Amino acid sequence: MSEARRRTKALSVSPVKTSQTSGAAHAFMGIRGATPLMHGSQGCTAFSKVFFVRHFREPVPLQTTAMDQVSAVMGADDNLVEAVRVICEKHQPELVGVVTTGLAEIQGSDLRSGLARFRTEHPECADTAVVLVSSPDFSGCFQSGFALAVAAMVQALVPPTEGAEVAAPKRVNVLCGAGLTPGDLDFISESIESFGLEPMLLPDLGTSLDGHLDDALFSPLTTGRQSVARVRQMGASRATLVVGESMAVAADLLKQRTGVVDHRFGHLLGLSEVDRWFQTLSRISGQPVGARWQRQRSQYLDALLDTHFALSTARLAVAGDADVLLGLNRLFADVGSEVVAAVVPARSPGLEGIRRHGLQVGDLEDLESMARSERAQLLITNSHGVESARRLDLPLLRCGFPLYDTLGGFRRCWLGYQGSQQALFDAANLVLAEHVEIGAYRSVYEPLGDSASEPLAAQDRP
Amino acid sequence: MKAHEIAALLDEPACGHNKKSKSGCAKPKPGATDGGCAFDGAQIALLPVADVAHIVHGPIACAGSSWDNRGTRSSGADLYRIGMTTDMNEPDIVMGRGEKRLFHAIKEAVQRYSPPAVFVYNTCVPALIGDDVEAVCRAAQECVGVPVVPIDAAGFYGTKNLGNRIAGDAMMRHVVGTRDPEPIPPAAERPDIRVRSINLIGEYNIAGEFWHVLPLLDELGLRVLCTLSGDARFRHVQTMHRAEVSMVVCSKAMLNVARGLEERYRIPWFEGSFYGITDTSQALRDFAVCLEDADLATRTEALIAREEARANATLARWRPQLEGKRVLLYTGGVKSWSVVSALQDLGMQVVATGTKKSTEEDKARIRELMGDDVKMLDGASPKILIETINEYGADLLIAGGRNMYTALKARIPFLDINQERDFGYAGYSGMEELARQIAATINSPVWQRVRSPLPWGEDGVAA
Repeated sequence: MSEARRRTKALSVSPVKTSQTSGAAHAFMGIRGATPLMHGSQGCTAFSKVFFVRHFREPVPLQTTAMDQVSAVMGADDNLVEAVRVICEKHQPELVGVVTTGLAEIQGSDLRSGLARFRTEHPECADTAVVLVSSPDFSGCFQSGFALAVAAMVQALVPPTEGAEVAAPKRVNVLCGAGLTPGDLDFISESIESFGLEPMLLPDLGTSLDGHLDDALFSPLTTGRQSVARVRQMGASRATLVVGESMAVAADLLKQRTGVVDHRFGHLLGLSEVDRWFQTLSRISGQPVGARWQRQRSQYLDALLDTHFALSTARLAVAGDADVLLGLNRLFADVGSEVVAAVVPARSPGLEGIRRHGLQVGDLEDLESMARSERAQLLITNSHGVESARRLDLPLLRCGFPLYDTLGGFRRCWLGYQGSQQALFDAANLVLAEHVEIGAYRSVYEPLGDSASEPLAAQDRP
Repeated sequence: MKAHEIAALLDEPACGHNKKSKSGCAKPKPGATDGGCAFDGAQIALLPVADVAHIVHGPIACAGSSWDNRGTRSSGADLYRIGMTTDMNEPDIVMGRGEKRLFHAIKEAVQRYSPPAVFVYNTCVPALIGDDVEAVCRAAQECVGVPVVPIDAAGFYGTKNLGNRIAGDAMMRHVVGTRDPEPIPPAAERPDIRVRSINLIGEYNIAGEFWHVLPLLDELGLRVLCTLSGDARFRHVQTMHRAEVSMVVCSKAMLNVARGLEERYRIPWFEGSFYGITDTSQALRDFAVCLEDADLATRTEALIAREEARANATLARWRPQLEGKRVLLYTGGVKSWSVVSALQDLGMQVVATGTKKSTEEDKARIRELMGDDVKMLDGASPKILIETINEYGADLLIAGGRNMYTALKARIPFLDINQERDFGYAGYSGMEELARQIAATINSPVWQRVRSPLPWGEDGVAA
């Protein structure tokens, strides 16, 4: 079977999916001075906000149009106009990102006409950009919502400049997929800068949700380096780098509007993808790959050798959004581990490439049953996997979103030679810790009186 | 230990090395020597005696760098996993307080851990300053009421091999013959089977691999009085003189024990190995032969037929992945020929083998197994190993852990056969693990990755 098996059950148990709406809202957190606004009832926002706060351990701006019973039936355009107006009035944001929930979509809410009305009625708010994303939670998943929001930002903010000259020859755009952590984005920025280039990340969660202590005691809006004004200039960049298969639509759109050449990558995990990343940067800049990266590459190769004893035959069960899953699949292919069970929350771009009978659109229950029947040795998924791991009696490598039971997980860098190396070490250590020993055996001729005081050792975990 | 005592230990008439000037017991060459010292050898040989308090008398380096040897496994008692040392300090040495410290150390060990015996390992510094470890042990034994066995194994006496012999010699002198075996538990008696008692010398139960073999010995009615020393207890070592036959497992190192048992107690012995199907079967047959027990021979053949059929069925799965692969075998303590036959059982071809510790007899056996054109390496530097691998087109290096990183840095697949490994390869069941581990490393995609050229030019610029 060449693509993910479809869902086969009515009931989703222990879902691995986070909503498309949350994903779309998240993307706006990577633009400075923004407020994501969920068009729906207030609970949608509250749940989502708790998710973000627990994962990042940061205050996260997220607002709601607070649809109630009346507006749900009679139309919620007023709520939308009112919500954007209130946000503008209170905080003067540069950007409001309106993302729809399932409720708003089912109700038939027309965002465009709502926005048109807002513009007419509130000319005083003309400085605030408003980006609309249709991101109902009844389709897609976290990464698709994130991707839709990025595409919507490109559409709304980047002016068509196809054929224009490269006004900023040192600058490269990076379209960053949902699976990238602030630590990953640091790697992306640092590696680009090391070639004398200037990275322009969209969105840039690396400077907003990286967990830093600011001089400002509190910000009702998002923070960070990336601004609406900068996003508008993406057409002047030298090239665009695209990280994550899910970014394809946004990348097509950016290329079509600006004509900027793009280079597309999956998650930068594993040898070939990271090699290609540095090759591309070297080609764009004409600069050599720095000694630092070359050294990290040789360290990664050494880690392949050191970990292959533990991982060559390791059987992995992985659940998460497709970009991350594809990246992990590439990484562990380097060392010969087999992904014997893989679950994605929704059909996603790039999965056609994986030749896996054990790939399924599903939930952690599916992952558990596949992991059990395929005798997986290690589980890789988000914090929801703790209970699955316990039931399966398997170790868990936490990866993805949300990670609410571990500190610093949100900013771990998985990318590059170094991130890849650490992921191999961690996986190998977890596998080694589960090494099953040969069962202790005592001869039948051993007098019982002597051995009674010496219970037979459990040899499973030395 | 006096020079003539060391000379006596080095003179092992049962060892093939005796006839050659160059041997495993030859003097180490300054500046060009690897491998452990006599203390290392003595401790490694005896540490698996699991219920004994092993006290290393000396400054910290000896015990500090070697305690908690994780290779061997115990089925119960785990005192051997606790490192004990007198940790001699400068004042102890200058003021001559080492003996006193040792005496108290023994007392404390017995008070706190109530072991059935204490083994005291002498090391270089106390040996040089003249601590009388034997006398301290005698005095302490009277005081604490359990046997306190001196093992005089200062590192400068010689090599690891000598240390093994010192260990064996200490057991023969102080422990073997001091107790009779317990009667067989009535539940284990089978009316149609005559139970025969045996010793295994040099079986260390690495990674618990002897537990692949022990159930078979039980089934045949072969009662293991003692393995020297995997999963052994002090009381087992005491009863070795009551065995009817000894098997020296894969190692020349403690031949002196086998010979001593033969001379003193007229216990016959043979050498064998539990690595590989062929050798495991041979070892089982040899028990019946040495014991001149026709009934045992019949039952052994039936067991071999059953186990070989089962093992071959399991290995059929792995053979296609391993068939024809070329191996360079460079073993330390494990006899080169015994692993050769295990690899041949898997359909692999051994193209070269280390013979540093092999006797003429071993070499003859190797030629018999592998043909005349086999390359024999009489001691090899990492450089020679790598050159040989390239020259002979070897797909895999099998060696001790010491050479692991030599191989890996040269981007050559490697399998660890030494005592630190985590996997057990002995017996019929161990063969599958051996096959699995070899297949895992040989077929790993990492080799292609690490051998591929840099993705950019010498100058770092991508084309």
